[in-house]
Amino acid sequence: MKEEIRYLSLCGMLGYGYARESLDNAFAGELDFIGVDAGSTDPGPYYLGSGIGFVKPLQVKRDLSLVLKRALERKIPFIIGSAGGSGAKPHVDSTLAILKEIAEEQQLHFKVAVIYSDLEKDFLIRAAAENRICSCGGSPAFDPEVIERLCNPVAQFGTEPIIAALQSGADVILAGRCCDTAVFASYPIMHGFPAGLALHAAKIAECGALCARPVGANDSLVVTLRKDSFTIEPPNPLRKCTPDSVAAHSLYEQPDPNCFYEPEGMIDMRHSNFVQSGERAVTVSGTELVPASSETMKLEGAAFCGYRSITIAGLRDPVAVASLDAIEEGVRAAVAGNIKGITEDYKLRFLRYGVDAVGGRLEDPDPHLPREAALVIEAIAPTQVLADTVLSLARSSALHQAFPNRKATAGNLAFPFSPSDFHGGAVYEFALYHLMDMEGISLEFKAQLVEI
Amino acid sequence: MKLYDIAFVCRSKNAGPFQLTVDLMFSDRADYDKVLRSPAFTPEKIALLYRTDAEKVMIKPFERILTIKVVIPRLHGSGSPDDTDVYGSQQHFPLGNLEI
Repeated sequence: MKEEIRYLSLCGMLGYGYARESLDNAFAGELDFIGVDAGSTDPGPYYLGSGIGFVKPLQVKRDLSLVLKRALERKIPFIIGSAGGSGAKPHVDSTLAILKEIAEEQQLHFKVAVIYSDLEKDFLIRAAAENRICSCGGSPAFDPEVIERLCNPVAQFGTEPIIAALQSGADVILAGRCCDTAVFASYPIMHGFPAGLALHAAKIAECGALCARPVGANDSLVVTLRKDSFTIEPPNPLRKCTPDSVAAHSLYEQPDPNCFYEPEGMIDMRHSNFVQSGERAVTVSGTELVPASSETMKLEGAAFCGYRSITIAGLRDPVAVASLDAIEEGVRAAVAGNIKGITEDYKLRFLRYGVDAVGGRLEDPDPHLPREAALVIEAIAPTQVLADTVLSLARSSALHQAFPNRKATAGNLAFPFSPSDFHGGAVYEFALYHLMDMEGISLEFKAQLVEI
Repeated sequence: MKLYDIAFVCRSKNAGPFQLTVDLMFSDRADYDKVLRSPAFTPEKIALLYRTDAEKVMIKPFERILTIKVVIPRLHGSGSPDDTDVYGSQQHFPLGNLEI
């Protein structure tokens, strides 16, 4: 039985990059496995819905191509998840294609265990009918009506499918949507290490060197896990971890700094100790796992909302800047009149940068108007052609819209670009961000072995 | 004094697509305590600022590093058609203007 596990988290997000030196330094010591988190819901629902990654393929290729050969030479597993940014089948397959490309260029041969996490809509319909789907993290109550609009619904699996894939002897594990912690906690849990510590270490590791100073989601982190503690150290000598930097990391994008939840249960950090260990490392102990009382699985899915078109324009004329409400009102009326008979199914939005585009109408209006303002007009409609048409009407109306005391009667807007209008493509919303009660049902996420 | 001026870090970010977290970090304990004890700094007052219900606002002190976390529901899911801030990284106002 292993006394210690030492692993490398390549970087905070596959494709964000890392220093070559970090890799060299990490490989100067023993390594049991390499992991990298490749998924996030942070860039919004578009990426899950469309099947496109938010990190570009050439970035992903760079990050994989430096490390793959070295992992294979060491004969240590390399675990990637949630592949392609959102972990649905198109994301996983695009990462697999990149692995194949690198294999051909570097003449590598290896076995990949591919684990998909896509959900069938019929499965969701049944789960909804059995009232198994409930809100989490502030999501609204689940509306079964959205199922038909869902694109790429996935489940976030935990450590079990990755452990099974590790046991199958795969060199590379390419996981679809999974818990970020599963990428780093599966190997230690498989080797009998305490799940609480393994998950806490994984939670820090999945962000790469984000827990270090200077912070770096674009750099590596080395974790040494023991039975009663773990030590984290950035392999890049320019960075260091301190007890405060590591403790502060538990605040990041989390609703609670003292605990977090995984399928295994609640990871309780109230009694965690963070101690400096040498110049640049921190040792953590005391984290406990409070096992979950019921088995749940997190589900994610993006619902299609239509297509987007936008235009960007500036205003300098002071009366025009003061008349944005009147302009918007006039444009809405003009569009409504002229689009009749073409479509009534559209949404128009006016974002007034310099005035209230960011905070919305939460704050009282600022009595001091800016010297210049930017206006982004957005149209969303069922097809791109309709969105373009609505936007085009709105743009021409806004340019010439009259309002009281107007002096600049030749045009209200300064367009920086020709063409002035841009396609935003398909628009989605996170309509599935819920927990499913798994009592009495099982979902199998079986790895498919691919020889490259 | 405004909360934004007391804290040395005042930042917001998504905590998932339906919640925002505002982290307020203080360089000295007196400020941290003053904010936590202030009658202006309550879920009810914060809920008014963000047009939500007090029971959906959570204040979580993290004494170890003199930080207070405030969790607020998003008015619109991240990146949905009505959202204005996909990452939620500019939503620490109006909270930053709160007078302590």
